[in-house]
Amino acid sequence: MVEGNKTRNFWRGMLYLSPAIILLLVFTFYPVIQTFVISFNYGYNYALTRFGFFAPYNPEGWGFANYAKIFSEGNPFVQCLLNTIIIVFVSVPISIMLSLLIAVALNSIKPLQKFLQTIFFLPYVTNTIAIGMVFSVMFESEQGLMNTFLNLMGQSSVNWLGGNPDASILFDSQFFTSLIVLTTYIVWNSLPFKVIILLSSLQSVDRQYYQAAQIDGTTKFRTFTKITVPLLSPQIFYLLITSFIGAFKEYTSVVAIFGDRAESVGSHNNMGTVVWYIYEYLKGNRSGAATTGYAAAGAVVLFFIILFFTGINKIIEKKKVHF
Amino acid sequence: MDIRLVNLTKIFADKNSEVRAVDNLNIDIPSGKLIGLLGPSGCGKSTTLYMIAGLHEPSSGQIFFGDEDVTALPPERRGIGLVFQNYALYPHMTVRQNIMFPLQNMKLEKDVIAARTIKYARLVGIEELLDRKPKQLSGGQQQRVAIARALVKEPKVLLLDEPLSNLDARLRLQTREEIRRIQRETGITTIFVTHDQEEAMSISDEIVVMKFGLEQQTDAPQKVYDNPKNLFVAKFLGTPPINVFSGYVHDGGLFIGEDRIGDTNLSDQEVTIGIRPEGFEVSEEGIMNIHVKQIERIGRDMSVIAVNPFSEKDTFRFIIESDVELQENTDVKVLIKPRKCFVFHKVTEERLQ
Repeated sequence: MVEGNKTRNFWRGMLYLSPAIILLLVFTFYPVIQTFVISFNYGYNYALTRFGFFAPYNPEGWGFANYAKIFSEGNPFVQCLLNTIIIVFVSVPISIMLSLLIAVALNSIKPLQKFLQTIFFLPYVTNTIAIGMVFSVMFESEQGLMNTFLNLMGQSSVNWLGGNPDASILFDSQFFTSLIVLTTYIVWNSLPFKVIILLSSLQSVDRQYYQAAQIDGTTKFRTFTKITVPLLSPQIFYLLITSFIGAFKEYTSVVAIFGDRAESVGSHNNMGTVVWYIYEYLKGNRSGAATTGYAAAGAVVLFFIILFFTGINKIIEKKKVHF
Repeated sequence: MDIRLVNLTKIFADKNSEVRAVDNLNIDIPSGKLIGLLGPSGCGKSTTLYMIAGLHEPSSGQIFFGDEDVTALPPERRGIGLVFQNYALYPHMTVRQNIMFPLQNMKLEKDVIAARTIKYARLVGIEELLDRKPKQLSGGQQQRVAIARALVKEPKVLLLDEPLSNLDARLRLQTREEIRRIQRETGITTIFVTHDQEEAMSISDEIVVMKFGLEQQTDAPQKVYDNPKNLFVAKFLGTPPINVFSGYVHDGGLFIGEDRIGDTNLSDQEVTIGIRPEGFEVSEEGIMNIHVKQIERIGRDMSVIAVNPFSEKDTFRFIIESDVELQENTDVKVLIKPRKCFVFHKVTEERLQ
């Protein structure tokens, strides 16, 4: 009787879960497997694909050729990977520290708190592309806000976004000015969500911890580092992992700021990210060659990189967050 | 370190209303004593404690530690230790780190910190638990850690907010003895807040009974019990609670209904009479007629639930020796012990006799 109930409950559960499972199978797991398969097939033709596991793979093209190709000289993948890694390791720590400071500051003021909270949340509900265009106007090389400001300060204009042939003389500085704009945008755009998460967990911290610390004469700084941060550490690690993954998958910001010039910023540099590369090469490159295999290989590389860093994060989390 | 509260007042105000949480409180707390702030919830006792701690700012009035006016001093400069109701132990630190934390703020030498941590852990009896996290401790153990953390800076005053309310009944009994012992050993002036009269009476040197932010009576627990200033204090202390009857004074006699239960020199008037449960004695020569409804024997003594038409409640309860012969559902006469009988003003509820 009990056994029967269990079986029935199992199938009932499966029935309720089936819509989600079927959708995941069709739109997530099938494509993931296909991506792996395609990444090992050189010359796979996207244009001739039919649905199913028997897509027109190139019968002679099995092997690591796609991987060799994307890591070879002249292919922008390595540059995109480098850009992505820089973006991840610069924007994630900065945005988490900034959002922590903002959340603590917001939490400590009473008047206007709700108002400021709304203001800080606004970027989250604003269209990313629109904000990106605002950024590209702000950093425009002739009359942009930043350059106007720099000129007022007596500095000469900086060609932030590239595209100006003169700037291409200074390869490095051009690369970094563009990267500064991109990273600023990414940090700024990712703040609201983090601030809201941290603020809400700050507000649920028992006030008595702070009163106890105050009675014991704890300095503001020590209270922050020894009490606030450890108490928020589960949320901080959650944000760390999700924003690591998010930053590795950065794409919209590139398109929003550089439009379709991303591969030729300053005529030498490519400001693309890994996901940008995947999109660019998915549909075949501009000379019409079948490059879907490159995109698949890039996606697989990205998958393992994210897996690796998430694993490391999880290990650190186990060691550092426990109460 | 004696503590003086002078005209201490705290008003909580919002848009529509204001609440006088503490109203013109004047209390002298002698040095080295254990004082219980006692009252029903919402009477302002915790607010008073937080004002002494410096976490709440008084609306008016002053607080003196010894001769020093500390009213404007921030909490960290008052030299107090505070044990919170839910202990507020830092969950991410071990017991040792929790106790050390105040000392690290004082930037003491490492070995001084270690020595003092051990000393106070030993005082409260938790030295084997130093490397555990608060979550791995029972309520009573957490309580001890909180006390050790409050004492480790060797403050002049120890404040405890409802220290026993989160413990189960048996631990409560044990912990209150523990608090008493620690207070005796350290000789620190200690103030604790409670709504439990038994708790306050059992360990305090003095109790302060409060109601609606007003101090009602301050004295040694037994004196307050034997000599309540008003009906509120009489009702608040004692289990089972005092029995209240409506009575009157006529021609030098004190009456409950037809029964003349005693003499008085008060003028003729209606009064409220309170009689402690232990103030009754069943006797043939009894002066008050009651109807016994139910008897509860609990071994040591006997609890009688009785009815009298002039009782404030439907029934009242008194306690007599367990060897008295008594039947349920009978009418009996009882004597009243004059020392256990208090007369209060009908309206103001102040004690008249």
